[in-house]
Parts: sequence; C-alpha cells; structure tokens
Amino acid sequence: MTNSVSNPAAVQLENVVCTFGTPPKETKAVDHVNLEIQAGEFFSLLGPSGSGKTTCLRLIGGFERPSSGKISLFGTDASRLPPYQRELNTVFQDYALFPHMNVLENVGYALMVRGVAKTERVKRAEAMLEAVKLTGFGMRKPAQLSGGQRQRVALARALVNRPKILLLDEPLGALDLKLREQMQIELKALQRELGITFIFVTHDQGEALSMSDRVAVFNHGKIEQLDAPKVLYDSPRTEFVARFVGSANVIPGNLIGRSGMYALRPESIAVLEGSHSGANRLQGELLDIHFLGSLTRLEVRVGNERMTTMQNVTPTLERGATITLEWQESSLRKLEEAV
Amino acid sequence: MTAPKSRGSFLGRALGFLYGRPVLGLVLLLIAPLLWMGIIYLGSLLNLLFYSFYSLDDFTGQIKYDLTLSTLQQLFTSSSNIDIVQRTFVMSIVVTIACALIAFPIAYFMAFHTKGNVKAIWILLVLLPLWSSYLVRVYAWKLILAKEGVISWFFNALGLQPVLDWILAFPVIGGTSLSSSYLGMFLVFVYVWLPYMILPIQASLERVPKSLLQASSDLGAKPAQTFWRVLLPLTVPGIAAGSIFTFSLTLGDYIIPGVVGAPGYFIGQMVYTQQGNAGNIPLAAAFSLVPIVVIGIYLAVAKRLGAFDAL
Repeated sequence: MTNSVSNPAAVQLENVVCTFGTPPKETKAVDHVNLEIQAGEFFSLLGPSGSGKTTCLRLIGGFERPSSGKISLFGTDASRLPPYQRELNTVFQDYALFPHMNVLENVGYALMVRGVAKTERVKRAEAMLEAVKLTGFGMRKPAQLSGGQRQRVALARALVNRPKILLLDEPLGALDLKLREQMQIELKALQRELGITFIFVTHDQGEALSMSDRVAVFNHGKIEQLDAPKVLYDSPRTEFVARFVGSANVIPGNLIGRSGMYALRPESIAVLEGSHSGANRLQGELLDIHFLGSLTRLEVRVGNERMTTMQNVTPTLERGATITLEWQESSLRKLEEAV
Repeated sequence: MTAPKSRGSFLGRALGFLYGRPVLGLVLLLIAPLLWMGIIYLGSLLNLLFYSFYSLDDFTGQIKYDLTLSTLQQLFTSSSNIDIVQRTFVMSIVVTIACALIAFPIAYFMAFHTKGNVKAIWILLVLLPLWSSYLVRVYAWKLILAKEGVISWFFNALGLQPVLDWILAFPVIGGTSLSSSYLGMFLVFVYVWLPYMILPIQASLERVPKSLLQASSDLGAKPAQTFWRVLLPLTVPGIAAGSIFTFSLTLGDYIIPGVVGAPGYFIGQMVYTQQGNAGNIPLAAAFSLVPIVVIGIYLAVAKRLGAFDAL
C-alpha cells in the first residue's frame, strides 16, 4: 500500500448526521459518524439491516445529503456535490443496469456521457468486459443474463471510467453461496490489481472479515468498532460487536467471579466430560449437539446462560450429560459498556 | 376414511371435476368475454368495415350489396373528403403532442415528488373532470372561449385585447373568436383528453427504479443526460399508450368539432352524418376505416422504433 501521511484520506466523514422523516417520527440513520478511509484500502461497512451502513455509503456516493457534518473526498469538501460530480462509482445492490441498453452500452455509459468517441468507447467497454470474463456478451440485454453475469456487468460499468473509489452496496447479496464465495475471491483480487479504494457494504460478517483491510461495525447509526478483521475478531470492544462478528459467548462476570461482561469465542473452549472445578472452568448441562461437517457445535446450559462451543472432533456425549467447559485466560475478553 | 368436507355439494363436485381439467376451466371462465368481444364487438366491427366495400345507389338511395372499391375510391378522390381526413389527422397529431408535453411534467411530479395520500389526491384531481359529463364540459368550454366569455374578458381586463386579436388573426388556427377557431377546438381537445395521457405516463414513471437514475448520475451523467438517455426511453411505452388514447379519441370524436371551432367536418362528424341523415352507410364505413388503419400504422411504427421494448 502506498499511504503516506501527507496524502489526504480517500474518504473522510466528520461528525456526519443523516436524519430521515419529519420531527415527530424522525430517525437518525447515521448518527455523528467519523470515518477516514485511506486510498487503496478495502474497507467494509458491516452491520445488521437498519444500522446505517447503507445510508453511510449513499452519503459518500452523493445519493443522500448529510443533515450536518462534512464529507471529504481526497481532501476536498464534497458534502453538497451531486453524484455526477464525484470521482467515484457505485455497484448497486439491485445492479441498476439500464434495461433498454445492451451490455456494451451499459458498460460504455460513463464514457458516452463524457463524450468519448464511439470507437474508443467500444474498445474500452470490451476490454472491461474481458476483465470481468464476459467477452462476447456485449450485444445481450441485461434481462438475458444470469444474476452473476449482471453483477459482473455492473462491476465493469462502474470500473470503466477508472474511478479512484468504488462503492459496493451489498453486491453479492443476491447470489447463491457458491457464486458468492467465488466473487469474494475475484473482487479481492481485482481490488489488489487495480489498487483503488473499495468501500464495501455487507451484513455478512464472514464476507467482511475475509475481504477487508479494515471493517467498521455499525449499530444504531453509529460505529461501534473500527479495526482490522483480526483485531475485530480477537478483541471485540462491545457486546454487540462480540455477538455480531463471529457470534461470541457473552458471559456475565458474576458467573466467573468478576465484574463486567466478557466475550469468549466458541472455538476457544475445550470440553471435559463430567464435573471439574478450577479457574477458567464452568460446569454445565449439554443441551444439544449439531454436527456441521468439519466442526461440531455444542449447546451448553451454564446456570441461566446458554453457551456455545465448537469442537474439531464430535464428542461421544449424550444430551443432558454434565460437562465442564475450559478455556485459557488469554481467550477471555472484557467488554466495554455499550456506547 | 371420511370424505373431505364440502365435496358433497354440487359446487364442490363441480370444482373437483374442473380441478383436473385446466383447459375446460379456462374456457368456462372466458366464454362470456369471448362471446362479447368476439361476436358483439369484433363481429359488428368487421361487418361495418365490410360495408365499405359496398356502395350506395345514387338514384334509389339503396345500398347495393355488390363488392366494389368505388366507395373507398370516393373517399380518396373527392377533395372535400381528403380535406376532412387531413384536418382530423393534423388536429390529432397536434393535440397528442400538446397533451404529451403538458402531461409529462405533471406525471413526473406525481411519480417522483408525491407519495401516500398526497399521490392519491393528485390522481383524484386528474380524474375529477371525468366525473362530470363530457358534453357538459364541452359546452362549458364553448362559453369560456366565446367572444363574451371569461378568457376574452380576462384579456380585456388586462388590456391585452390586441394580443388576443393578433392570435386570432392567424390564418387557419384563428377565427372571429376562440370558440369558433381551430385554436379553441385544440384547447378543448387537449383539456378533455389530458387525463388519458397523464395516467399512463405516471404509471410508467412509477415503474422506473430510482436506482437507475442514481446509477446514471453516479456514472457522470448530468440531469439532462439522465433524462434523455435513461428516463425518457423507459417512459416511452407510457407515452405511446397515452398517445394512442389521445390520438384515437381525437381522430374519432364528433362532438367537439361540432360544438367548438371553425366550420369544416371531422371524420367523426362525417361518419355520424353519412350513416344518419344521408343513409350512406358504405361511405360512413369507409371513413371509420381511416382511424383504424392510421392507428394500426402508428402502432407498427412505434413498435419498430422500439417504443415497447422496455415493457
């Protein structure tokens, strides 16, 4: 990566607020968000639906206006610029391909509206189609394509004018699992190859973790945590992040003789048969065993809490058996109070 | 085993019988509309058109039931008949264009800037004129446009009488007053058919996903480019549908040209008088063939130009 301190951030949000509706039924979709995305970064906005991640992306794209706050692109204030004056392009959730144009015209659209000559336009659009492995599809209409192909056309169309920033609004949401995994790999490779900033909205934490350089976790219009995927997973700061990213066990401190709340990853827990006491151990009743293929998930009741653990080998245990959960001190993360 | 309930009744058994025979069910469902459209509507229409291949005996005033092209020939060789077709045709085109130009902004506003109850109120307002009789509205317009009418009064009160006189002094469209000029007739036509243009355009605008307009802007298109390259092409089916209404309604109308406007027959009036007073059903049939052929050509051209591709 080519970041240097003197270069301004590709995208900067300062105290951005975005409210919808009129005063009595007003909702703050984005609530005082501060964010800095570096050039060349693969940045994800992660959160459940209604958490403000999509609104945040739409603010960057210019499809929504901030109620207050400032949005800068490469150091210049873009808060009031319409989308067509921003040097970025978007892959829309529904792809938003123009149904009355064929694939080639769709991909060449950004060039056409800028007055690029037809031969040049066709050449560049065809090169872009080749890059997304759709050579020979230029004359088809969007309606004649599969979901995965439409997704590639949308990607080619957004990249044809070589934007410095690409916004992706849950672009893989409509694809089936296998295609989605394949596109994740391709998108990541494409981003590395082009070296441009990708800002990726998703509600799929696995997707965000596997692709991103950094992830911002959204909840109720605010960023709960902004970190690299590994940090996010290993050290969730709040209960929400712990539960949303990788579904951690959240243990009330009094259960283990401490104060506050603690997060514990299911795969950091070992299982012992029978009842054993000691530090970093809890006794419980085995509620259920789910065989998931490479892993087996155990649901355990500890006092009034429900805990989950992941095991590599399927233990030969009956439901209702008394077992002991054991973990390393270092696996336990103390959580902050919710922001 | 007990029989499933409600299978015992006649209706239940009939439904059970039809369940395994979807084609029979479909035929039963469509038999009434098929009879209505097929015999009463299409049948009588074809019968009428067939009459244009008969002729009227000039001496006896009786219809001669021998196939001939003389009636159609009469339609296209008599200069007064050609005038009538031409006059109606030009008026229909001009009215359609004016309706489209006025309707589009209204439809655009309704589709993109209203929602919920406000949208419902706007649709109601557009439809409201249709609640009162068409004849009443046409006669009301005759009074509005008359020399002593409110428009004249308005121009007078503002001291703009010379402007009105100047407009009325134009050849062809002018006349002694608005109510006896083609301009006045044009205004009434546009007023009367406007709802039929607004609603299809509004419906087609509603169907354009907002994300397409955002995508266009995102890709660098200025608002005017988005309008011409994305919004308008996707709305063409609605404009085409609306224009079929306004065009064919103007083409066939015989009330408005009789009440408002300059003397000079329109196709509708010609059909009316020929089949009525003159008893010349063959010529009336020949005249009614004209709008059908014209609309047919119009649809074929519209389809060829891709007007319905986005449907």
